[in-house]
Amino acid sequence: MLNIGLDILIALFILGGALLALVAAYGVLRLPDVYTRNHAASKSATLGIMLLLFGTFLYFLEDGHFNSRLLLGIAFIFITSPVAGHLLSRAAYNSGVKLWEGSVQDDLENKEKLEQGK
Amino acid sequence: MKPNDVVLQTITTVAAFIIVLFSIQLFFAGHYNPGGGFIGGLLTSGAIVLLLLAFDIKTVSTIFPFDYKIMTAIGLLLSVGTGAGALLFDVPFLTHAYEYFHLPLLGEQSLHTAVIFDTGVYLVVIGITMTIIQTIGESE
Repeated sequence: MLNIGLDILIALFILGGALLALVAAYGVLRLPDVYTRNHAASKSATLGIMLLLFGTFLYFLEDGHFNSRLLLGIAFIFITSPVAGHLLSRAAYNSGVKLWEGSVQDDLENKEKLEQGK
Repeated sequence: MKPNDVVLQTITTVAAFIIVLFSIQLFFAGHYNPGGGFIGGLLTSGAIVLLLLAFDIKTVSTIFPFDYKIMTAIGLLLSVGTGAGALLFDVPFLTHAYEYFHLPLLGEQSLHTAVIFDTGVYLVVIGITMTIIQTIGESE
């Protein structure tokens, strides 16, 4: 229990994860349209939760308790959360949500016309 | 235009395995840890619902060719059967018994008849959840 270095490492992981979750919430509030908000939410919230879970895993490991569910949770969040972000963005685009007016390029704009031309 | 779901379908094939494994772990851990038949069954049917979201209803019914109503009936039969089995040994209904066995590979384990009761709960939960969801999904 007197392992100060490991305790500081655990605190850094947990505080870093909480900070990233706060950054994600701030990004969702501040950014202009659904795509940039989704970008903020899916990336930094994923990394934040993974850091939190890893900090928790190290905390229990210090007491001699190897919790494999937390490792499985890290892997699961890592593979599923970006896919959820992808599906949300795609559903928003397909239902016709407009891009932010400062956007310069929309490569999918003429997609249906191109597919009909083939 | 046919939608292209390749990202969702690829991740679903990986994630469904993890979910089913976790649900089986929850089911068997139920005696000594949080878990058991109810939450294990719900999580298994959650995995099947994820497959239903990624693929269509026909593909999933070829992967799992079960009639979920019969699965519910088998589950109820298992639960009542373990309860009624206690009457054969001249003890009250639903009395459970356990014994320590030395199994190959697994070593000293205690086997409890409550597991069979829990299997019944597990099958009933899967059966009812999937019946509800498939009935709603198929109606136009």
